[in-house]
Amino acid sequence: MAAFLARRLLGTSTSSSSALMSSARAFSSSTTPIKATLFPGDGIGPEIAESFKQVFTAADVAIDWDEHYVSTEVDPRTNSFLTWESLQSVLDNKVGLKGPMATPIGKGHRSLNLTLRKELNLYANVRPCYSLPGYKTRYDDVDLITIRENTEGEYSGLEHQVVKGVVESIKIITRKASMRVAEYAFLYAKTHGRKKVSAIHKANIMQKTDGLFLQCCDEVAEKYPEIEYEKVVIDNCCMMLVKNPALFDVLVMPNLYGDIISDLCAGLVGGLGLTPSCNIGEDGIALAEAVHGSAPDIAGKNLANPTALLLSGVMMLRHLKLNKQAEQIHSAIINTIAEGKYRTADLGGTSTTTEFTKAICDHL
Amino acid sequence: MLWCDMEASLNLLNLGLGRMVITKFCSERIAKYAFEYAYLNNRKKVTAVHKANIMKLADGLFLESCREVAKKYPGITYNEIIVDNCCMQLVAKPEQFDVMVTPNLYGNLVANTAAGIAGGTGVMPGGNVGADHAVFEQGASAGNVGKDSIVRKNKANPVALLLSSAMMLRHLQFPSFADRLETAVKRVISEGKCRTKDLGGQSTTQEVVDAVIAKLE
Repeated sequence: MAAFLARRLLGTSTSSSSALMSSARAFSSSTTPIKATLFPGDGIGPEIAESFKQVFTAADVAIDWDEHYVSTEVDPRTNSFLTWESLQSVLDNKVGLKGPMATPIGKGHRSLNLTLRKELNLYANVRPCYSLPGYKTRYDDVDLITIRENTEGEYSGLEHQVVKGVVESIKIITRKASMRVAEYAFLYAKTHGRKKVSAIHKANIMQKTDGLFLQCCDEVAEKYPEIEYEKVVIDNCCMMLVKNPALFDVLVMPNLYGDIISDLCAGLVGGLGLTPSCNIGEDGIALAEAVHGSAPDIAGKNLANPTALLLSGVMMLRHLKLNKQAEQIHSAIINTIAEGKYRTADLGGTSTTTEFTKAICDHL
Repeated sequence: MLWCDMEASLNLLNLGLGRMVITKFCSERIAKYAFEYAYLNNRKKVTAVHKANIMKLADGLFLESCREVAKKYPGITYNEIIVDNCCMQLVAKPEQFDVMVTPNLYGNLVANTAAGIAGGTGVMPGGNVGADHAVFEQGASAGNVGKDSIVRKNKANPVALLLSSAMMLRHLQFPSFADRLETAVKRVISEGKCRTKDLGGQSTTQEVVDAVIAKLE
């Protein structure tokens, strides 16, 4: 009730005021738990989701989880294994967390990720990448965020065979999508106290497409004079990232480069098993997700590392402006890994999922 | 693969269109070069880098061509990797890669990532090969290019160009000259006494060149 009144007072929500939407949630009283959708996913998904719920309960996070699973049949309303109810749940709750989903092989249905992206209009993929103290990689000083445009670009899916042996694929960049992601990037930088936004492009070659993307970033940058803005060509970006990742702060990129660079950055800090991710949609929707695979070979064996899902959950909490609890859980995870006593197999340790989870709860 | 831009008529629609073209001819040609290079240089493995899960037709055609050529080289291991995973693997475990064959755009990214891991633009050699001609130049395009300040202060790293000229000598079928040059350059770098700023040293360009000449046997 309080949230509803706050929303009306603050005005109607638009994609650029997702921050406002979040502050509306902050007005909900501590006795009315927030509702959020949870997709545990497949493979190791259910185990790490269990682990996640344990930690969040131990931290007294007042969230009511609306759990949804991928169906075994295609729902004709969505043309996918995700039911209409599942999608409606996220649209209603405005916030969700997703574990790894394995898209069943076959034709006649959309991939799960594509379904979510299209139906929820998820336009930006946000991944913070930072070196975890205590987990050593070749890079110690990584602290950056990649923001990737998620709806168009090279992945528009428009391909055709011109003649036998010649295939053409169309890349689309629109002003609308570029402005949208640029606005989000600068707003994110401002609200999270980041100093610099780098737009990554290849506009020297792709003048009409990446050129338009850059133009949009330029325009948005002018509205944020307090944030440093630079444009970096994608080749330079790759080189700089592997030589000195500390040079970067927030990166905003079109779809293809974003895909590659965000995975490259995940590699710098230890891989997808440690990387949180959050997808931002219109009307302030946020769907956090663990981007690693469902690892069917270790499913059910209590070996999985829940870190990615937990850190994604932390991102979700920050989106909901529940910063105190976000910080609490985040510190607990970082300290557990830093201590080194309890680590799952992928981090070089011998702990089970349950032992690792308990260690995090103890650190709260 | 070539990303080329369509013309201005779409400006009014606030839209930019780019067109990527992949042909069987070019894909086969580069795949043949990759496998032949691997064979002649005693390399064990060729990895094709792609995004065929999304660009099914375009990168699918590229992969098909690579697979066909791979069949003719049973002694060389062939595998495929999606480009985002590839970059992640490169920064975590670059030693798993040997020869990598890629379409145009991914090749640009992968080459610069690999160059960064190996030491930067100043050390990685490269060459551009055609049917009738070949041009050799430093392998990565980022950074150490056209910076007047570096040239004025005599701090540019000559290693990349020296190693590129060794590649050229090999291409011209002068392997012993190529070996001598490469060995001299590698000795100078591994000794560590003569290195330019990008490798953490204080030497000038001329000092490095003099050191290489001194080491030539």
